[in-house]
Amino acid sequence: MKVTVCIGSSCHIKGSRQVVEQLQSLISENNLTDKVELGGTFCMGRCQEGVCVTVDDNFHSVTPEGTKDFFEKEIKSAVM
Amino acid sequence: MRKFDTKVQHLKYKVLREVARQAWSDTLLKNVLEIPKIIVPGNTPTMRCCVYKERAILEERVKLAMGGDSGNPNVIEVIEIACDECPVGGYEVTNACRGCLAHRCEDVCKRGAITFDSNHVAHIDKTKCVECGACAKVCPYTAIVSRKRPCQNACKIKAISMNENKAAAIDNDKCISCGACVYQCPFGAIMDKSFILDVIELLKKSLADKNYKLYAIVAPSISSQFTYAKLGQVITGLKKLGFHTVIEAALGADMVAQAESKELAEKKFLTSSCCPAFVSYIEKNFPDLVPFVSHNLSPMATIAKYIKDTTENAKIVFIGPCTAKKAEVQRDRVKPYVDAVLTFEELQALFDSRDMDITTLEEGVLDNASYFGRIFARCGGLADAVAEGLKEQGLDDFELKAVSCDGIEQCRVALLKKSKNLLDANFIEGMACIGGCIGGAGCLTHGEKNKLDVDKYGREALEKTIADAVSVLK
Repeated sequence: MKVTVCIGSSCHIKGSRQVVEQLQSLISENNLTDKVELGGTFCMGRCQEGVCVTVDDNFHSVTPEGTKDFFEKEIKSAVM
Repeated sequence: MRKFDTKVQHLKYKVLREVARQAWSDTLLKNVLEIPKIIVPGNTPTMRCCVYKERAILEERVKLAMGGDSGNPNVIEVIEIACDECPVGGYEVTNACRGCLAHRCEDVCKRGAITFDSNHVAHIDKTKCVECGACAKVCPYTAIVSRKRPCQNACKIKAISMNENKAAAIDNDKCISCGACVYQCPFGAIMDKSFILDVIELLKKSLADKNYKLYAIVAPSISSQFTYAKLGQVITGLKKLGFHTVIEAALGADMVAQAESKELAEKKFLTSSCCPAFVSYIEKNFPDLVPFVSHNLSPMATIAKYIKDTTENAKIVFIGPCTAKKAEVQRDRVKPYVDAVLTFEELQALFDSRDMDITTLEEGVLDNASYFGRIFARCGGLADAVAEGLKEQGLDDFELKAVSCDGIEQCRVALLKKSKNLLDANFIEGMACIGGCIGGAGCLTHGEKNKLDVDKYGREALEKTIADAVSVLK
């Protein structure tokens, strides 16, 4: 699974660093590092909906507070 | 509010804007010969002896705006017919000499080059004079002046001389493409080649992201530019031109600061590698010191490489204050990452070629880098960032002794000392332009306030540490 977080300016201001950091630790805590590839990209063109995250090309709008829920629902349940 | 420092810049801009306009409408080939007439209409000369000479010079400017002489590897070129053949006499006594009795000029001259006529008026014997300028400094009437060409005066590395036609000539073996002469020539007879047509081509062919994504990387010195508008409006303007998004070169600077501080702690001595003119100066004049140049790519190339490594189908335009960057991107190590370079001057022309008034646009955002990445734009910022990099990575037992060289003359002094093992420092921050990048030849405006603008922009960064700024990249 490929998870891409937007690290462009707009999403950065909305907290993409916190989203990336949480996802990094959640992925390693759950031993999913070999199943989930986490990456960044600059701008997905949907700045209003940031922080923009794609999971295998499916778009999600994530907040730093909602990152854990997002991980459980969209990443963990999908790969386990 | 003023957009340029000088009328020469304004003239150059008008040419670039017109070339860009024709390129957007695919009429450049058809109308290229008409451009001088569009800029100087009618029969009354506005700048030179006659309209024909004006237009002949403008033809040359159009050529440079379209990429210049492809047979000349240098990105800086002389427009020979625009060169006014300024006087080159060196130090001369003017008629302001009052024939005083003190004769300080004579006393201070170590070469005995000063004599006096029956009226006590000083004369300089050019066979003895070494152009040290001591006499000029002590004359109470400032009657002794240096008649040196502004271009030669600007070129501290002495790459400019006079050719057989008395026009300025650049020695490519010495030139580091810093652009100091471009900015200083009062007749606009030296110009940097423009790649604005390449940028327009890249913008057109991206087909609004369908073909490829075109990224604009902007140098942090942008914070001191386009001051008639808000930075956020410049960002929106860039996106409206057709760039996919805008990224700070300062994030590349954060990456460089982290890697460079580590490299420094390992190797115990380094010079920076961010300023392409400084690096080229070392290669040409201090080949023995080349191994000490940091192996990091410049911030521009570092962030560009990151984007190309992580994004399929990305193309990159760097927008900055620097003419030497145009030479840097021709290097084999950098070529794959950056597709074209634009100066701030050229960006202004590009905006106006689309009749875009950026002051009317809404404000976009630009926030990728930390305070430390952003202050690379001014002299001293790089050394501050390396100090921070050492601290953040727990390498503070390495005692940093940095020397920040403000302008190529200070760079020369530090490198000379290092080559003789007399330098009391372990890190040389080299900036070819006075003030750092904010003094770059491709800036729209230059001024004292610019440093404050950069620092303010630095403080506005969301991320306060280098580690936080680069953490998203892993």
